[in-house]
Amino acid sequence: METLVTILAGVLVTVATYLLLSKSLIRVVIGTAMLTHAAHLLIITVPGLKIGSVPILGEGDAGPVDALPQALILTSIVIGFAVTAVSLVLTYRTYQEIGTDKLDQLRGDQDE
Amino acid sequence: MNNLIAMPMMLPVLTAIILIFLRPYIKIQRTISLIVMIANIGISIYLLQLIQSNGILRLDFGGWEPPFGILFVADSFSVILVLTSSIVTAICLLYAFSSVEKSYEHMFFYSFINLLVAGVNGSFLTGDLFNLFVCFEIMLLASYILIAFGGKKGQLRESIKYVIINVISSWIFLVAIGYLYAVIGSLNLAHLSERIAEHGQTPIITVISIVFLTVFALKAGLFLYFWLPGSYSVPSTVVGALFGALLTKVGIYAMFRFFSLLFYHEPAITHTIIGVLAGLTLVGGSIGAVAYKDIRLVASYNVVIAVGFILVGLAVSTQSSLEGAVYYLVHDMIVKALLFLLVGTMIALTKETKLDQMSGLIRNYPLLGWMFFIVTLSLAGIPPLSGFIGKVLIGGGTLENGSYILLALAFISSIFVLYSLLRVFLSSFWGETIISKDEEIPMKKGLLIPCALLTIGSIALGLGAESLSVYIQDAAQVLVDPQLYIDAVLSSD
Repeated sequence: METLVTILAGVLVTVATYLLLSKSLIRVVIGTAMLTHAAHLLIITVPGLKIGSVPILGEGDAGPVDALPQALILTSIVIGFAVTAVSLVLTYRTYQEIGTDKLDQLRGDQDE
Repeated sequence: MNNLIAMPMMLPVLTAIILIFLRPYIKIQRTISLIVMIANIGISIYLLQLIQSNGILRLDFGGWEPPFGILFVADSFSVILVLTSSIVTAICLLYAFSSVEKSYEHMFFYSFINLLVAGVNGSFLTGDLFNLFVCFEIMLLASYILIAFGGKKGQLRESIKYVIINVISSWIFLVAIGYLYAVIGSLNLAHLSERIAEHGQTPIITVISIVFLTVFALKAGLFLYFWLPGSYSVPSTVVGALFGALLTKVGIYAMFRFFSLLFYHEPAITHTIIGVLAGLTLVGGSIGAVAYKDIRLVASYNVVIAVGFILVGLAVSTQSSLEGAVYYLVHDMIVKALLFLLVGTMIALTKETKLDQMSGLIRNYPLLGWMFFIVTLSLAGIPPLSGFIGKVLIGGGTLENGSYILLALAFISSIFVLYSLLRVFLSSFWGETIISKDEEIPMKKGLLIPCALLTIGSIALGLGAESLSVYIQDAAQVLVDPQLYIDAVLSSD
C-alpha cells in the first residue's frame, strides 16, 4: 500500500513539474496546487498507512494510528487552498492588466 | 507558563480581524494598529527582563506538556528580534500614515500589515517545527497581498514570480518536515534536538538538514536570491521597507535556530556549505549593488549583502561571531527599513528612480541628504554607528576560526556597500541642483519624522551597545549551548 501511494505521489510531482515548466500562468498555478498535494501524500505515507485504529480512547482494539500527520495535512490543505486562491486572483489581475498569461512575456522592461 | 509570550502574535492577528470590520474608519484603523505595535514593544521589553531573571520562558498551549503539545518558547534571541520588528513596524506605520494612498487604506492595508507582523513574530517565537511552517505561510500570504497592493503592471509581474518561488520553497519545506518526522518522529524543536544528539546525526539527517537549508536559503536570499531584487523593488515604499527589514530576517532566524539547535553535529559539512553560500552571496550581492542605476535595486542588493554577512557569523559559529550576528541582525532590521524609506522618499520627491536623473537634492532637502549619509556610514560599519560592533564581532569570530577567505569577502563587501551607496549619495544629493525652489515638492513632516526616528535608533544602537550586550550575550549563549534551550523546554514545572 505504501509503495502504491509513494508512486502516486511521484506521479503527482512529475505532472506538477511538467505544469510548472509550461508557459501558461494558469497551468503553473495548478501545478503548484498539485505539488502541495504530493507533499501531503508523502507526509501521510512516511509513518505507515492504516497500521492502527481511530486515535480515540476506548475505540478500536489495535493501537491507535499516529494522529499528528493527519493534523499536519489538514492544516496544510487549508493553507494550500488559500495560497491557490490568492495566486488565481493574482493571475487573473495580471492577465487583465498586462493582457497576457504567458510567462515569457512577463519579463521586466528592456532598460531595467 | 506565561501568557504574555503569545501576545506578540495574538494581538496583531486579533487586530487584523477587528480592522476588517472597521473598514470605513481609517483614523481608528491607524490608531489601533499603532497602539498594538507599541504594546508589542512594551511586552517584548518586559519579556526580555523576565528572561534575564527567570531564564527561557515557554507557554504550552492547552496545558499539553512538550513534546506532545505545541508551544511558544521565548529566549533572548527570539524576543530581541520580536522587539526590533515591533519597533521597525511601528515606525513604518508612522511613515505609512502620510505616504500610503487613501484607496489602499480602504482596502484593508493595515489588516495585512498586522497579519504580516503576526506571521513574523510567530515564526520567531514558536518552538515547534510545524508551527514554524504555519507562521511562515501567514507571513507569506500577507506579503503576497502587500506586494501587489496598487496593482501596477510591474507589481503584478513581479508578484507572480514572488508567489511562485515562495510556493515552491514552501513545498520543499513541507517535504523536509515530512522527512524529518519520518526519521525522528517528533516536531518539537527541543525534542528533535535531544533525539538527534542521542542517536547521532546520521548521514540521512544531514541530507535532510541540507533540504532545510535550501528552503531557508530561498526564503532568506542566501545565494538563491535571484528573485529578491525584483520583488523588493516594486511594492510601495512602506511595504518595501517592511520586506527589506523583516522578511529575509525570518529565514535567517530559522537558519540560526536549525543549525545551532538541531543540526550542529556535522559542522564540517553543513556549516562549510553555509560558509560557501554566504561567500557567494557576498560576491553576487556586491556585484549587483554596484551594477544598477535604479536606486531601489541598489537598496535590494544591499539586503542580499547583509544576508551573506550575517550568515558568515553562523558559518563560523563561535561565541563572538554569533553575538556579532545577533547584533548585526538587529542593526540590519533598523537600517534596512531606514534605507528603503529614504530611497522611497527620494523617488516620491523627484518622481525618478535612476540615480543619474537626480542631482543636488541636498539643497532642496538637506535633512534627507544627511540621513542618507548616516545610513551609508552605518551600513559600511563606521563607528560609532550601529553596524560597527556587529562587524567587529563577526570579524573576530572568523579570525578565531581561521576562515580568512570569509573574513576577506565580508570586509570587501563592506567596501562595496559603501561604494554603492556613496555613488547614490554623490550623484543624487551632490552636484548641480536641478529642481528650483518653486518646483520642488514640499517635504512632508510625516515622511521625515519616521526616518529621523530610525536614524536616531541606529545611532542609539551604536552608542548604547554596552547596555544591550547583556541580552545579546544571553542570546548567543543559547545558540552556542543548545542544552539550555532543551532543558528549558523539556523540564516539567
